[in-house]
Amino acid sequence: MDTILVPEPEESLPNLSVSNDQGILQWISSVDHKQIGIMYLWLSVLFLVVAGIEILLVRLQLAIPNNHFLAPEVYNQLFTMHGTTMIFFVAMPAIFGFTTYFVPLMIGANDMAFPRLNAFSFWTTFFGGSLLYFSFIAGGAPDAGWFNYAPLNEYNYSSSPGIDYYCAGLLFAGIGTVTASINFVVTILHYRVPAMSLKQMPLFVWMILINSFLILAAFPSLNAALAMLLLDRQLHAHFFSAAGGGSAILWQHLFWLFGHPEVYIVILPIFGIFSEVFPVFSRKPIFGYSMVIGSGIAIALLAFGVWVHHMFATGLGNTVNGFFAASSLLIGIPTGVKIFNWLATMHGGAIRFSVSMLFAIAFLIEFTIGGLSGISFAIVPIDWQLTDTYYVVAHLHFVFIGGTLFGLLSGLFYWFPKMSGRVPDQRLSRWFFWLFVAGFNITFLVQHALGAMGMPRRVYTYPNLPGWGVLNLISTIGAFLMAGAVGLLVYILVRALNKGAIAASDPWDANTLEWTTTSPPGLKNFDRVIPVKSTRPFRDYKRPEDADWKRQEAAYTEKPPDIDITQNNSHGE
Amino acid sequence: MTGQLFLNINPSSIFDAASPQAARIRHLTIEFIIAASAILILVVILTSFISIKYRSKRQQEDPKQITGNRTLEMWMVGVPLILVILFFFRSLATMNAVLPDRGNHSPDIIITGHQWFWEAVYPGTTITTANEIHLPVGKRILMQLNAADVIHDWWVPALGGKMDMIPGMNNYLWVTIDRPGIYEGACSEFCGQQHAWMRIRVVAESPGDYTLWLRQEAAGAHVPQDTLARAGAVLFLESTCSSCHCVKGTAAAGLTGPDLTHFGSRQTMLTGMMANDSVNLGRWLTDPQQVKPGAHMPRFIFAKDSIRALTAYLEQLK
Repeated sequence: MDTILVPEPEESLPNLSVSNDQGILQWISSVDHKQIGIMYLWLSVLFLVVAGIEILLVRLQLAIPNNHFLAPEVYNQLFTMHGTTMIFFVAMPAIFGFTTYFVPLMIGANDMAFPRLNAFSFWTTFFGGSLLYFSFIAGGAPDAGWFNYAPLNEYNYSSSPGIDYYCAGLLFAGIGTVTASINFVVTILHYRVPAMSLKQMPLFVWMILINSFLILAAFPSLNAALAMLLLDRQLHAHFFSAAGGGSAILWQHLFWLFGHPEVYIVILPIFGIFSEVFPVFSRKPIFGYSMVIGSGIAIALLAFGVWVHHMFATGLGNTVNGFFAASSLLIGIPTGVKIFNWLATMHGGAIRFSVSMLFAIAFLIEFTIGGLSGISFAIVPIDWQLTDTYYVVAHLHFVFIGGTLFGLLSGLFYWFPKMSGRVPDQRLSRWFFWLFVAGFNITFLVQHALGAMGMPRRVYTYPNLPGWGVLNLISTIGAFLMAGAVGLLVYILVRALNKGAIAASDPWDANTLEWTTTSPPGLKNFDRVIPVKSTRPFRDYKRPEDADWKRQEAAYTEKPPDIDITQNNSHGE
Repeated sequence: MTGQLFLNINPSSIFDAASPQAARIRHLTIEFIIAASAILILVVILTSFISIKYRSKRQQEDPKQITGNRTLEMWMVGVPLILVILFFFRSLATMNAVLPDRGNHSPDIIITGHQWFWEAVYPGTTITTANEIHLPVGKRILMQLNAADVIHDWWVPALGGKMDMIPGMNNYLWVTIDRPGIYEGACSEFCGQQHAWMRIRVVAESPGDYTLWLRQEAAGAHVPQDTLARAGAVLFLESTCSSCHCVKGTAAAGLTGPDLTHFGSRQTMLTGMMANDSVNLGRWLTDPQQVKPGAHMPRFIFAKDSIRALTAYLEQLK
């Protein structure tokens, strides 16, 4: 087979001569994308445990009505930190971990475009998270919710330094996020193996490319809002205080102009992961490759025109609300059709129920529930009833857990053998899957009902109204089941790292370039890369007689090109 | 203790509509639930069916490599698009019916959210009250909603959708209550430490009862009869209670805390937190921060007799 030379970063790589396992000092000084990726993932696990403990305390407090387990000021800090941590220091680092590790491998490169910047991105994220948590010993954590509405976030109403740390921590982490995104864009556009055209890129890489642009456009709005809030709090400016001529609602516009794209930022890469997992475990190509990309781009563009659906109850008037109702309903379509892309991918396939695929299949149903409950917020009058209730809490956890976390777990079980060279215990992993899915549904399904029954979110306790106590108790039991499952997951991972069976380089009979190298890949990913002539180069290599590009060419010569222009056009090069 | 607080209230989920506004929204909600359930059932059936039918068999050859189907893809986009357009126009119609422009209509009641109580002013009268909001049945009422400090949110599920109260802004909400009764609601925008105990209680009365209530409420405070209560009245003015609380007909004219002119006629205290009785009142006056941490009422170190006197006075403010 003819092979192709591997693109490498133009700046020289420090420490390439050192081996991969020289202890902690080597890790913290590393600029290797694989080590940085793994550090991102461990950072995410660390914060997952911390934010998980926070929410278990919250659920204990809510287990029975009129409970006195936690004081209100403690409760408010805990739920604020839970939300902020899960979004910024669990979901984002986990996504960046997989991205940093696998994007270079999937495009046949030996590292990211800017290896030093890559390390900088990780460490600023780490520093931002540490700064946020330092607030606990500096006089109190932030206590105004993860979206931190004005004027409750102003000094007059929250005088502990918590919200200052919230601003500073998120600003730092945001710098890391933006630099990482620049790095992803340049890497993807400039360091692909030369044979790989854009239309031959794996869908995970496509989603990261779209997502990186989304991040670059969304974060300035958050950073501006945080800087204005710091000015208000530290220098007595009046951006968000009505009494001084500012506007409380301005915060909401700025925050959600970032915040709604943000929820797509943590789901688009997940769509990418699933678009790798479904084809591999169904042994079929993705159904509608260009449709998945097109709907991803549509989501990214529409994401900037939907933020007011978080503000339908703020009294902006029916004209404004009507406009944003239309855009919010529209964005449901490109999100929803993907479910059918994946179902069609499975249809007619040969499905293997690995743990990764189990999470993918469960995702189809859980994410549909979360997506549909999301549509109810685009229908303005229903939003007027249900916004800011436990129904929202249920909805957002169905998309963040049933969507983002299931995707991350699917990706984890898919890529773990590649990253560690070890195979996790199958039986225990299946136990983990069922325990986690059961716990998740027990926790959050009942919360839809609580919201419709009138329970607002973010209350530290509630009166003993009929049914409220029972449903909350069920929810708390489910939360502890999930916590048990996460404990089991950590055990499975640590055990696999220590004495798991040795993984083959291509355990799943997969399609993309990361599986052509060893498990785990050496410090230098590739010396040579197999030819890329379609979206599934490794499958083409393993089954030359049934290669995608051959089928492509055959279709091209037999019929006019209208049927197959969606797919792997090998004439593109 | 709190159990009996909810003995006489009406069921208050979003499906227990007691106003045409809430009924309109309920109708749309049920339509949505039907459509959403149909989609969910379709996905569940497809997922289960495909997973079972196409599970991998031993030694199987690669299945047929299908990369797409333009017609199917059109359907995948087209059907949801039609559904979405349908619901868009249904929502526009409902929005305009539930929350029409207020035109020149002046508000029938002005409610202001405070950390953590509701202040209700009835324009055209001298009445100011707190927390238990009396409204007449059968009349289309325009509520003006304001905030004194941070953002609060008015939500009584049985009476319709919620509306934020934002400092520096006037928001409006229409409501027409169908039946007399007590309707429970709650502040639905996180507003700080005691957001949980910012419950709403709407007391809907027949026009006759409502007029009677207005008349009672417009009168000044009840003059204390016995010595204990009279001592309480003196204490109320002397120990600075009056700098935050108003009792009409006396020198107490504070505007920071809830108006207490007819405090004794309310069923609950501390914004729906507990029954309004002498035991709870005594506990509250002894140490507010223990009863409702974060509340803006300072702790006064009262002697036991002073608390008894104040309690007697406040309970008589019917």
